[in-house]
Amino acid sequence: MTEVTELTRQEGEALNSKEVLLNLGPQHPSTHGVLRLVLELDGEYVERVDPHIGYLHRGTEKLAESFTYTQIFPLTDRLDYLCPPSNNLAFAIAVEKLLGIEAPIRAQYIRVMMAELARISGHLLITGALPMDLGAMTALLYAMREREMIMDLLEMITGARMHTSYCRVGGVREDLPEGFLPKIREFCDIFPNRIRDYERLIDNNRVFLSRTRGVGVISGKDAIDWGLSGPNLRASGVDWDIRRDEPYEIYDRVDFRVITRDEGDCFARWQCRVDEMRESIRIIEQCIDEIPEGPFQIDMPTIAFPVDKERVHCSMEALIQHFDLSAYGFDVPAGEVYSAIEAPKGELGFYIISDGSPKPFRMKVRAPSFVNLQALFGVSNARYLADMIAVLGSLDPVMAEVDK
Amino acid sequence: MSVVAPLNPVLIMDRFGGAIQDLGVAHGIHVFVVPPDKIVEFCLFLKDHPALRFNFLSDICGVDRFPDTPRFETVYHLYSLPNKWRVRIKCRLGDPPVVPSVTGVWRTANWHEREAWDMYGISFIGHPDLRRIYMWEGFEGFPQRKDFPLRGYKDKLNPFGAEGPPPTQPDLATKEIP
Repeated sequence: MTEVTELTRQEGEALNSKEVLLNLGPQHPSTHGVLRLVLELDGEYVERVDPHIGYLHRGTEKLAESFTYTQIFPLTDRLDYLCPPSNNLAFAIAVEKLLGIEAPIRAQYIRVMMAELARISGHLLITGALPMDLGAMTALLYAMREREMIMDLLEMITGARMHTSYCRVGGVREDLPEGFLPKIREFCDIFPNRIRDYERLIDNNRVFLSRTRGVGVISGKDAIDWGLSGPNLRASGVDWDIRRDEPYEIYDRVDFRVITRDEGDCFARWQCRVDEMRESIRIIEQCIDEIPEGPFQIDMPTIAFPVDKERVHCSMEALIQHFDLSAYGFDVPAGEVYSAIEAPKGELGFYIISDGSPKPFRMKVRAPSFVNLQALFGVSNARYLADMIAVLGSLDPVMAEVDK
Repeated sequence: MSVVAPLNPVLIMDRFGGAIQDLGVAHGIHVFVVPPDKIVEFCLFLKDHPALRFNFLSDICGVDRFPDTPRFETVYHLYSLPNKWRVRIKCRLGDPPVVPSVTGVWRTANWHEREAWDMYGISFIGHPDLRRIYMWEGFEGFPQRKDFPLRGYKDKLNPFGAEGPPPTQPDLATKEIP
């Protein structure tokens, strides 16, 4: 305890004998990873909360400066590891903007389907984990069952369950495997019923309701001031979704509702996510119906490996380009770009400064969880400790993304 | 899909005139270069003007352009929720880098500025709580600077680090804006 006191107290500030400093984490089941909260408690009342982050800091941004653009995709997987396809997509779009290219339409449909699967997978975890934090263990087990189905789908497309690294600059790595569309349609048929199951399980759970309803209320104005985005912002009544307001890929071709709630409490944030999963299913269904045939990768041998691999075996130039692309990467015109997508957690932005070389001069990740977690300051003060767990859970930070 | 009218910079240039520089639109985002002493005033103007209303601060990013001068930059990305505009503000800073904090304009700037301090040593005047955020207290140097080795400096915990003494951390927080 003394060590904590030294770290957090300013000099000359006397510790009130009534107050207790409590160290929650970095290893604690309700902190969703390695988050350490230094709490100033008056009884069970939280006077002040000071989140200490950085236990998972890997220096993604610094590392990216020494990687080629293609090598950075696996780094982005490890930001929000619950939904890697969204992170891949955000980065790919940013680089494509710098290059002035666009992925083929089929690739865009595939990417959107993947991103929505990722959204469901990310939301499923918190749909289950928030009740678990508050004592209702069952929901998580059911949510994990459905998440397993998504993992299987991702494995079918990419061969990997977690770190998919599936996007490439100018398209995706491979075409969809045979038999994938029926499989994902089967999932879309099953899943809405499962969402109803969760709601039946949780919506009338009196313990869950009394611990989340009216707890951790954030007004719309405060939410904007704290920079919240994604479901956390929409649960406070602010109607903003990048998919609709700054459409990227093929989001302007699909029809979906932007879910908002006015209450701004933990329950509203939970409900927002549950309803968003329904909309994601609708988007995926539309993608399945409308996905066209065609190339899955842009036909530019200087940027992407040729779709027809035979070319490399038969043509000297193609072989040289293939080698060059593997060993050296590709030059990206000098310039700066900021590109944001609606990731499951909120606005995921990549700010890339290119100096014309195959490696970025500077890459900044605007990680939504990093910003969302900060709102804990504003919400948790003057609250019971038990409420703070509900607030933290409902803000849904993923520590890998917070720490970058 | 509704068509968004682009941001008209005349209003902004009229107000600030020669003090700021308009770099035009780059990949869909309007870019302004603002001197450090004007940054808070500029942000407040963008946030509060009824025709602009840039009420959402997306990001603050530190940049090190070593060995070029001016060496440092802070880059602000703002978004206007009502108008659906994005704008990028650049603030060029010398060495040591010092810039007023915008935490008074948006509370969300707090952690972004702490990150820029931690990684680049950019000192934000008026920040309520400018501590390291990712690195531990007592860490020496600013790891994302271009002259900081990727693997860090060699010591007993880091046998693969680069040779050479770690840079001593200058006490910048007390310096005034030049």
